[in-house]
Amino acid sequence: MTASPTVIHAADLMKVYGKLRAVDGINFEVREGESFGLLGPNGAGKSTTMRMIGGTLIRDGGTLEVLGLDPDKDGPLIRANLGVVPQQDYLDEELRVAENLTMYGRYFGLPYSYLRPKVAELLEFAKLTDRAKANVEELSGGMKRRLVIARGLINDPRILLLDEPTTGLDPQARHIVWDQLYRLKERGVTLIVTTHFMDEAEQLCERLIVMDNGQIKAEGRPMALIREYSTPEVLELRFGVGRNEELLPQLEGIGERHELLADRLLLYVRDGDAALSEVARRGITPLTSLVRRSSLEDVFLRLTGRSLIE
Amino acid sequence: MIEMGRSLLFPSLRSGNATGVLLRAWTAFKSTSWATVASGFMEPVLYLLAMGMGMGALVGDVVGPDGNPMSYAAYIAPALLTTSAMNGAVYESTWNVFFKLRFGKIYQVMLQTPMGPMDIALGEVGWALLRGLAYGVAFMVVAFVMGLVTSLWALLMVPVALLVALGFAGFGMGITSYLTNFRQMDVVGFVMLPMFLFSATLYPITVYPEWIQWVVKVMPLWHGVELMRGLSIGYVTWGSLGHLAYFLVMAGVGLTLMTLRLRKLFLR
Repeated sequence: MTASPTVIHAADLMKVYGKLRAVDGINFEVREGESFGLLGPNGAGKSTTMRMIGGTLIRDGGTLEVLGLDPDKDGPLIRANLGVVPQQDYLDEELRVAENLTMYGRYFGLPYSYLRPKVAELLEFAKLTDRAKANVEELSGGMKRRLVIARGLINDPRILLLDEPTTGLDPQARHIVWDQLYRLKERGVTLIVTTHFMDEAEQLCERLIVMDNGQIKAEGRPMALIREYSTPEVLELRFGVGRNEELLPQLEGIGERHELLADRLLLYVRDGDAALSEVARRGITPLTSLVRRSSLEDVFLRLTGRSLIE
Repeated sequence: MIEMGRSLLFPSLRSGNATGVLLRAWTAFKSTSWATVASGFMEPVLYLLAMGMGMGALVGDVVGPDGNPMSYAAYIAPALLTTSAMNGAVYESTWNVFFKLRFGKIYQVMLQTPMGPMDIALGEVGWALLRGLAYGVAFMVVAFVMGLVTSLWALLMVPVALLVALGFAGFGMGITSYLTNFRQMDVVGFVMLPMFLFSATLYPITVYPEWIQWVVKVMPLWHGVELMRGLSIGYVTWGSLGHLAYFLVMAGVGLTLMTLRLRKLFLR
């Protein structure tokens, strides 16, 4: 396998707001065609990092290279090859659905001869062809999101930045958006996704960094991170309000380690069913129990002692 | 990969594509805000009809800038033309920019594209100028039809209207960038109305005590009115050049303020 060229290179990247170190000296590299994730809770510094990549936020330290250029010096030149899907839709409500795409293309200085077929193609891609002339307010949340993703593709970007692409969508709409993003991945578009949903990160990202308080806590492929920082399975037990901690000593020795959450107890084990049998053998009966595979949520919990979604 | 030339001046702040702002403003204007735009033009025309013809019948002739008598309507018409250009530029650079900045998030979206803060600043000023110019020219036509335009010098009122609009547009945008809610926007009206009423628009400022006259002379509209009124009858003096200089400086300061503010707002 030959290594694809590096499209983003960050070294000791820093952004400070007063006393808050929003991004605190992070290092990472993204290669062409990769789908790269920034996973972390709200306020971890993911969106700040994204904005520095596009050159709409000036960094306070470190170096950053995007497509071989410095975003602080050549923001416009970089953004010409960047697609941006912001956290808020920011659709232009004074324009119609198709006009939103055409106008956005004009902001890039793209000619109408290019935009006419491109807009039709993107409406098809977003499954919005029959809504081309509709007002933006008439669209559902999922439709708006699809339109925003289509808008981000108007310039055939080399890198697509997606900031929390499915936050606020219902499960069905999320899957349609994910499908849209898979298709882009297959076409070789480099995706950079920020998310605080572990399932989204597992689904979309080949490689990711786990961020907390502006720092990188871990980096790797989702499966490798889970193998490294967690056990194959997790046994979740609920004993009711206040009783989880009380029962902890009696569970001693089951699994490699445990996490005590507000509403449940997590036991990190190799074999969940065997662990559950052991719990029963000791005469302990939880209100509910659940055996599941380890996820990135567990990785995050292990690394920071906190949940992703609080 | 899109090959785009690097802008020679300020490559981190602009892509050279300010026309995108104009196109967006024009498209939105066609579909929604024409009534607002028309009302801004109607205001000075209504003043001309009500004051010029109504009050004019009562007042008769007044003393013009060159000392010769002129009709009251002809006396106030250049002042109303100046006000018209000012209104166009101010409405656009305050209310519309405020909306695009705080509610429509139009600029945030533009900044995801190659466009930079300076493209936005130039584009918005360009659009405010177009509106100021449209108001100025439309008013000029009305004044001409009413027989109030008597000198060839009066043709210069059109480029001067553009300069007046430029001065107000840059400043208006700069100030709007500091405002964050609708209540603060009332400040704009609080400044505009007295400035319109007291800047020698409807009568000479010599009726005031001297210190009030100085206050009026510091404000921009008076300079525009004096300059235009002189041009309307072809009475051009060194004083006219002074008024012109006032607006050139105002435009320069306004544009600088606006670019700095947009940079601060968007590239923190």
